[in-house]
Amino acid sequence: MSGSSGTPVRAQERVQGRAMPKRKIRLHWSDPTLRSIFWQVLIVGAVVGIVWYLVDNTNRNLAARRIATGFDFLGRVAGIPIGESLLPYDPAKDTYGKALIIGVLNTLRVAVIGIIISTLLGTLIGIGRLSRNWLLAKITAVYVEVMRDIPLLLHLLFWYSLLQGLPGPRNALRIGDGVFVSNRGIELPALVWETAHSWALFTFLLGCVVSYGLARRAAKQQADTGVRPQTWPLTLVLLLVAPIAVWFAQGAPFVIEWPVLRGFNFQGGNKISPEYGALLIGLVIYTSGFIAEIVRSGIQSVPRGQWEAAGALGLHHGTVLRRIILPQALRVIIPPMTSQYLNLTKNSSLAVAIGYQDVVSIANTVLNQTGQAIEGIAYIMAVYLTISLSISLFMNWYNARVALVER
Amino acid sequence: MSTTVVTASGVEHRDAPPASVYGPWAWVRNNLFGTWWSTAITLALGWLLVTALFDFVSWGLLNAVWSVPSGPTGPDTALCRAAHGMGACWAVLPEKYRFILFGRFPYAEQWRPAICVGLFILLFAISAMRRFWRKELILVWVVILTAIGVLMWGGVLGMTYVPQDVWGGLPITLILATFGLAFAFPLSILVALGRRSTKLPAVRVLCVLYVELIRGVPLISLLFMASVMFPLFLPEGFNIDKLLRAQVAIILFAGAYLAEVVRGGLQALPRGQYEAADALGLNYFQKTTQIILPQALRLVIPPLVSTFIGFFKDTSLVLIIGIFDLLTAGKIAVSEPAWQGFATEVYLTLAAIYFCFCYAMSRYSRGLEAEFNRTRRA
Repeated sequence: MSGSSGTPVRAQERVQGRAMPKRKIRLHWSDPTLRSIFWQVLIVGAVVGIVWYLVDNTNRNLAARRIATGFDFLGRVAGIPIGESLLPYDPAKDTYGKALIIGVLNTLRVAVIGIIISTLLGTLIGIGRLSRNWLLAKITAVYVEVMRDIPLLLHLLFWYSLLQGLPGPRNALRIGDGVFVSNRGIELPALVWETAHSWALFTFLLGCVVSYGLARRAAKQQADTGVRPQTWPLTLVLLLVAPIAVWFAQGAPFVIEWPVLRGFNFQGGNKISPEYGALLIGLVIYTSGFIAEIVRSGIQSVPRGQWEAAGALGLHHGTVLRRIILPQALRVIIPPMTSQYLNLTKNSSLAVAIGYQDVVSIANTVLNQTGQAIEGIAYIMAVYLTISLSISLFMNWYNARVALVER
Repeated sequence: MSTTVVTASGVEHRDAPPASVYGPWAWVRNNLFGTWWSTAITLALGWLLVTALFDFVSWGLLNAVWSVPSGPTGPDTALCRAAHGMGACWAVLPEKYRFILFGRFPYAEQWRPAICVGLFILLFAISAMRRFWRKELILVWVVILTAIGVLMWGGVLGMTYVPQDVWGGLPITLILATFGLAFAFPLSILVALGRRSTKLPAVRVLCVLYVELIRGVPLISLLFMASVMFPLFLPEGFNIDKLLRAQVAIILFAGAYLAEVVRGGLQALPRGQYEAADALGLNYFQKTTQIILPQALRLVIPPLVSTFIGFFKDTSLVLIIGIFDLLTAGKIAVSEPAWQGFATEVYLTLAAIYFCFCYAMSRYSRGLEAEFNRTRRA
């Protein structure tokens, strides 16, 4: 270094202008960069080595057992009987690929309905635990404690054995006119679907979109001018009158198909199979216990002062709950709720134990028939990873929407 | 407001509070019949509770069958069949309890798994007491787990050798949970540290991949992988036991979940702790084992215990790949022709066993949490 003399101002300039010292990697153990490179190479090398060893073994084993890898089997005819399916399916004609897609749809069918029902039930129970009514608070507390401490698989086996212990179709329990409960499932009357219904539904959905837009505009107008325009008559027309008018315009078809006992089983109507029923009951009862705890702790996380301050402003009880308490509680509730939804979806894979044909059950049958173990399991994992990622992306988006906006 | 009057005897005398705010009647009025809405809930729930209790008592106690005579080809369950639907058939329990608890373990040797269950409970009890939280505890774990291994396998000390494929029932559930825990916990600490590491980006990516992949798929798919794909992974002629394969899958699964809990603890620790350790000139190993981990793990004990509970329940999933744990033993016990249709009784008993273990753990966790909160505030 040269020119050490100078005014303080110049010295400061020199400090700011000084470049970072040029660092050289020393070939010595005390150098942190070298050490970190060493460890990374070692660990990654070990992992890659193990994976390579396993893949090599697998290839050799597959060759020895003459198993061809690849997804060619998806195009072959499946021949797997599938009890319930959202798509038309014929085991003699349809392929493995289609059977696997039906499996995914069956998983989604139980997961979506399960998430909706257990959210509703769990929220009710969570609020019940905070009730000032002693009996309600105690009963819901016992429910939560007991249901969470029993393995889900035991829940499923228990409910399935109960549903199978019901009387046969000939002695089915009868609720009202068209509902029969027997060991073959629950029979419900069904509406015969016609194009008029599709059009009415379409009108209704269109009405939903337009009313949402109207509500948004009304809220904006209220924020700007302080006066909220009246929207309910138009909303009523859009949501109720218009769909009914469309339905009448097409002749108002309304035919209900009743389940009828023919021989040993029921014909016609809608049917909930005992497998689906047991899976749904088990999942809902088990998960709602966890959701109840999440809702309870979320509501309790809002300080009492918030209730009192809102009361002091003269707001209604409902307004306080909707506008002040819930938005704050939701911030605490949403992250653990997301993981419960993910758990429910993954737990629906236990369906294989009671014979509901979800994606795991069908993929398991396929891999047993074709011997394509790796492809089958890769398929199951890919499906669940996709579902998990979609749910967590959606919930992260929602969470960001309700999150506290800080400076 | 009540007034306090000091009487001549010196004993404080207070006016009794009015009966509308104090005493059993006031309590009932406030907590059960406060408003018309509360009254309606109390009446509806009370009616439901009484009818359900009445039905359960008449099914489970009054009309129940407690024992059946033995017929020429095993137990004669005609009595139970006659009462089916009206009364419980508890007779299945005295007939089948040894099978449900210990599976196909040789009947004369079943004292060995029974002692193992006792040892497991002893191990949990010792580990739960804060007095014993020190390094010697690891030695206790090693000793007790070895003793359990010796008792189950036998072949020494005059005990006959019992191969692994006839083990079953409660010991299998406890083995899967305990050994899973013993291996998954250290694994999870390593993974959590790796995921938090800033100097080793490649290791961090590996850890993130491991955790997110495992947490994104159900345990069943890992168990299937263990049962159908593991044999393909290993060199020819070298095969490991099905129980061990399931155990490996459970360890990998639990490791990922526990790693996230441990990571939470690492993140909750103030930065000052890391910086102070660096300032003292400790190296990474010293810093981690002596400053960071003792504090971070203490922070996450309650969520760790609830993860253990979930994981204890999840061991029952091995039923699906045909391993003989408690739930499988129960299911097989009621699939015998003589006892078909009496699954409810057996499943209720199994639920009670699982509940006892899980409830004990969750009570313990809650007590510990309260204790920590108290000491932190003090």
